[in-house]
Amino acid sequence: MPDVTKRSVDPATQQVLKHIEGQPIKTTWDRHDEMQPQCGFGQLGICCTNCYLGPCRIDPFGEGAQQGVCGADADTIVARNLLRHIAAGAAAHSDHGRGVAHALHLVGKGKIHDYHIQDEEKLKQMAKMYDIKIEGRSKEEIAVDLGDKFLGDFGSQEGPIKFISRAPRKRIEVWKKAGIIPRGVDREIVEAMHRVHIGVDNEYKSIILHGMRASLGDGWGGSMIATEAQDILLRTPEPIRGTVNLGVLKEDQVNIIVHGHEALLPEAAAKVVKDPEMIKLAKEAGANGINLAGMCCTANEVLMRHEVPLAGNFLQQELAIATGAVEMMMVDIQCIMPGLIDVAKCFHTEIITTSEKAKFPGVTFIHFDEHDAINIMKSIVKKAIENYKKRDKSRVFIPKDKKDLVAGISTEVISCILGGKYLNTFKPLNEAIINGRIRGVAGVVGCNNPKITHDYGHLTLVKELLKNDVIVLSTGCSAIACGKAGFLQPEAAFEAAGKGLKEVCEAVGIPPVLHMGSCVDNSRILIAACEVLKAGGLGEDISDLPAAGAAPEWMSEKAISIGFYFVSSGVFTVLGGAMPVLGSQNVTKFLTEDMESVCGGKFAFEADPLKAATLMIDHINKKREALRLRPMMYQGK
Amino acid sequence: MSKIVAQAVIRGAHKIYKEAEDKLTKAIQDKGESQKIEFPNTAFYLPMANALLAKEAKNLKDAKEILQHAKTLLPEIPTDKVWLPYLGGALDAGIATLLSEEIIMVLRYLYKEEPQADCEGFFSDTILRSLGIQLVDGRMPGFAAILGAAPDNKTAVEITRQLQERNILIFAGSSTNGRSIIDQLKEENVQMGWENYIVPYGRDTLSAVYPLHWAIRGALTFGGLKPGQAKKCLLYCKERVFAFGLALGELDDYKYATGAGAITMGFPVIADTDIPEIKPSGITAYEALVKELDHNKIVPRCIEVRGVKVKVAKIPIPVMYGAAFEGERVRKENLYVEFGGKVSSALEYLHSTDTDKVEDGKVELIGPDIDNLNSAKKNMPLGIEVIVAGRKFNKDFEPILERQVHRYINWAMGLMHIGQRDMIWIRINKETAEKGFRLKHIGIILHAMIHQEYSAIVDKVQVKIYTKEEDVEKLGKQALKVFSERDERSSGMTDESVDTFYSCTLCQSFAPNHVCVITPERLGLCGAYSWLDGKASFEITPTGPNQPIKKGETLDDKLGKWKNINDFVYDKSNKNVQSVSMYSLLVDPQTSCGCFECILAVIPEVNGVMIVNRDFSGMTPCGMTFTTLAGSVGGGVQTPGFLGVGKLYVVSKKFISAEGGFKRLVWMPKELKELLGDKLKKRCEEIGDPDFINKIADETVATTIEQLVPFLEKVGHPAVSMPSLV
Repeated sequence: MPDVTKRSVDPATQQVLKHIEGQPIKTTWDRHDEMQPQCGFGQLGICCTNCYLGPCRIDPFGEGAQQGVCGADADTIVARNLLRHIAAGAAAHSDHGRGVAHALHLVGKGKIHDYHIQDEEKLKQMAKMYDIKIEGRSKEEIAVDLGDKFLGDFGSQEGPIKFISRAPRKRIEVWKKAGIIPRGVDREIVEAMHRVHIGVDNEYKSIILHGMRASLGDGWGGSMIATEAQDILLRTPEPIRGTVNLGVLKEDQVNIIVHGHEALLPEAAAKVVKDPEMIKLAKEAGANGINLAGMCCTANEVLMRHEVPLAGNFLQQELAIATGAVEMMMVDIQCIMPGLIDVAKCFHTEIITTSEKAKFPGVTFIHFDEHDAINIMKSIVKKAIENYKKRDKSRVFIPKDKKDLVAGISTEVISCILGGKYLNTFKPLNEAIINGRIRGVAGVVGCNNPKITHDYGHLTLVKELLKNDVIVLSTGCSAIACGKAGFLQPEAAFEAAGKGLKEVCEAVGIPPVLHMGSCVDNSRILIAACEVLKAGGLGEDISDLPAAGAAPEWMSEKAISIGFYFVSSGVFTVLGGAMPVLGSQNVTKFLTEDMESVCGGKFAFEADPLKAATLMIDHINKKREALRLRPMMYQGK
Repeated sequence: MSKIVAQAVIRGAHKIYKEAEDKLTKAIQDKGESQKIEFPNTAFYLPMANALLAKEAKNLKDAKEILQHAKTLLPEIPTDKVWLPYLGGALDAGIATLLSEEIIMVLRYLYKEEPQADCEGFFSDTILRSLGIQLVDGRMPGFAAILGAAPDNKTAVEITRQLQERNILIFAGSSTNGRSIIDQLKEENVQMGWENYIVPYGRDTLSAVYPLHWAIRGALTFGGLKPGQAKKCLLYCKERVFAFGLALGELDDYKYATGAGAITMGFPVIADTDIPEIKPSGITAYEALVKELDHNKIVPRCIEVRGVKVKVAKIPIPVMYGAAFEGERVRKENLYVEFGGKVSSALEYLHSTDTDKVEDGKVELIGPDIDNLNSAKKNMPLGIEVIVAGRKFNKDFEPILERQVHRYINWAMGLMHIGQRDMIWIRINKETAEKGFRLKHIGIILHAMIHQEYSAIVDKVQVKIYTKEEDVEKLGKQALKVFSERDERSSGMTDESVDTFYSCTLCQSFAPNHVCVITPERLGLCGAYSWLDGKASFEITPTGPNQPIKKGETLDDKLGKWKNINDFVYDKSNKNVQSVSMYSLLVDPQTSCGCFECILAVIPEVNGVMIVNRDFSGMTPCGMTFTTLAGSVGGGVQTPGFLGVGKLYVVSKKFISAEGGFKRLVWMPKELKELLGDKLKKRCEEIGDPDFINKIADETVATTIEQLVPFLEKVGHPAVSMPSLV
């Protein structure tokens, strides 16, 4: 029997894993074990299937073939594969963004009635940026134009895409010099696919530089548009309380889980489950109500805006079903394991997929059409209620574990949290950094991966950073991991933070780890960095900031794109485990050393989260020194 | 803001709001919404609402609208567990409190309940103008709003005296357990009133809004801000009005709420009770809420926390003091005692340390004083150790401050000071000693003057004076080590070792297009500003004439051109100077204002350059005297071939290095040679030609070109064979 403590550090996860031992339920960990040893060529990135001259693979020991049939060497193959990953990751975020931008346009046109403009201030702020006329116009009229402009950035040919202008002046100069300002979100992704076609771009630096450009089109384009348009339609998150972990599932209620990355869909779900008519139906079915919970980033979206509890992060998706208490899992896009289907078959759980982009064999597809969101959602919820009757109560096993948390720290509210409505300022944060209470800022983000004990990477890294007075901004599955460990509670500052950070958290009333949203919301971290620079005293460019990024348990192509847009924006970023590039020394060196001279940021690959923390802290110290900030107030380096 | 504080603040704000609402409802019932309301003698209506909301409140209906706004600012009270962020909310609650208190006060005026007995009540605009200007221009260092009561009358008096001594205006009021500092001072017959710098405002906490009113009107009156520029008004108070709250005795919710209002305006609160502190800065300049349980230390603590820059009006020494006495000599006939020179060991040494290790204002004499001197012996050893601390202090400032000791001591009548470091020579004359001048007075002078002139970087000054040989020797050992480290640091500093230069636009008042750029290896042309001085000056006055310029991209190594320097100079020269080289006399040389110590001029005939200092009145080989040359160099224009420089630039490695540097120097007045002395010799050695100093002509060998040429040929001056200059 596998040792569950090696699989996860999360007690709820461990309990469910233990509980299903002996049952014919396969999880991602089991499949991961079966997959061992994983393909070495794939891990090194030196296998090429881009054309049918191949498949080709380079002998990493230098004895066999050193070139593919076309003549591409390890450098070219590794770089091309990497660019494909970036393109896929950027495409995922950006396509999501396009959906929201389109919805914004439709809301403005009055074609969608179930969503409205909820953050008028942000609508106007964005409209101003695009020189859209505001005076004397209704918010809907503005929304039509803004939606069009957003969509325009996807299809733009010359660019630059608008949000690039939100970056500090120096950063834009760096990008200009490197020639990596995205001309259009889609264009760079299409061009990426063109470049990796057989016989196009063969020079690894040129390939990677384009990858940087495509990733910037994600971070400062697709993702950022997704975040901003979602804020306009669904409102900009504000601090709220929530609960997290499998313990949020309720034994006596209809449990519905929304899973994936959409924000519009769970918004409708959150409304519908409160509908008295639905609650009445649930009661008629013998349940005590309807309990909506979230999984992955859909969860983060609906947590921030509706305080919907988080059931768990990526590696817990199958386990939620394995509690036997889930009537329905409603999935949309990204990070939904096909493995869910087999687990669901062992229980009464129904899986409904809602995006026509994401279908699963044997899974019911109900097209979630924004034009009729509420009605469609009602029909889905009704199915879940109906399904409650089929629940086998004897098989229900819900771990008790759940934690309270504080989330919803959008960039906009940070200044308000720090200075109130009148002073509205980042100053206290900057001064805390300048005076040496806070050493620096870390963005800890990303996925889970069975290659590393579930949540261990996130938590070990975060713990070490906090101890060293580094404040952590977190999104996605990393934020959920932090929530489960209690780091998103303000009380955590007293237990986990160094003295200086503790003082700041205590003064402001914040947890030492700030939940900033879903993984498209990593764009919020970029804007937060710009705001910190504007508040003064910490340099002129993102690369001047005493800051670093990490994705300790990354696995998705989106994570690669995120990593790239952070590094390309000047952030030193540590990935827990290497990207599939080690088959080329040149590419590896470029990513982990030379990139710094191109864009001020670079990657490091470090599987041990404690060592990763040291790398980040060293980098932060280096930046503190360059800015000639004060020595740390309470501890040495 | 600790949670306990935030809870108290928000609770208090809700209560005060409620009180205002009740009082207003009653007033509207009594008198109707159109009832006029006003504070006496002000054009600012309800000043807080006027500044923050642009509201011109004239009647009860207007007051109602203000309160409605205040209500929207009231957050929930933070929960005991899993609380939501509260700092911003508590600051908003502070504003709601001030708006509510203001309405309560104006309603009291309506009902003739204000001012309270013996109290000033609302401060008029007249007072604001006459005293307020002193507050914002720095003549008055700050104001204290005292809330509550001291544990006993003696302490109350002691605290106010300490504030008075520092010229800090005191607003006294509020109460603790029914006792007010106003009555404590009254019982002790302390004279109060504007002329005594002690103004009682009222015996309850709500009336503490009066001093805050005063501050916010300052933003509108002196800051040139418009009503409604809320954030700017609040920041003006933070940056320009050096006020703080001093809470004596237990703090209740009312005091916490009012304190939060003060903190939002940038005014910290210091309490004498065991309260949770708020240390991180950002809203206030330093800590926002601190405790100091020792009443003897509370006033210095207030000053430190607010960053009040105390200026000592009159230095308490028995002789006159001022710049007028700087050049005065103490002759042997009149000598009472001397230190250093050749007669005894003496040194002065200034260094910084951690702020908690310095007791501001403490002056100790360790050893016998001058009146214990054996009358035959007119000298004694002396060690002056000045210890400073400051949050913005930087070790680089130590030598700059230490150099001021010379001037500070000289300014005392009957004292003479020559030299620096361990080469000082101090004399005190007989009259001065007879008037009661003792060694501790040197400490008093240094403490006062350093505060006065360097308050931006120094928070605390302590002085130790040693007169026992063994102590002086011990201090000397310590100091010499530091002196040599300092020398190494400053001589080791090169233009390449820093990424920032400093500008100087001090002289733009008469040369509006001139911008000096000061680098570690090229001091200002007036000779008065080194790079470190520029840096220090920037720290002292961040908006002043010395601004840091990041070098940025290098455009030309040899000429010394950087993109950011060019951009800066272009901008600050009113777009007159597009490009400037730091190391060239011929290509885009720096402009000159008129203050240059020396002028460099090309002598094409000999392929070299000459330098002449301001004090040299004779003719030079270029055919022009200093005065004539000055006419063509100054005024902020670039004149290739001519350059105004500081005299120390001659011995810099960057001395016209684009043209070949020091070796180009063919002529300089003898007195300048002597003035530069050892430095010049050292530089000659550095270029590998120890005899070079004798190859440079002076007026004793040449004052015309005809005399110069043969001389240079005779001595084999390197310039003659260097590549052609023009």
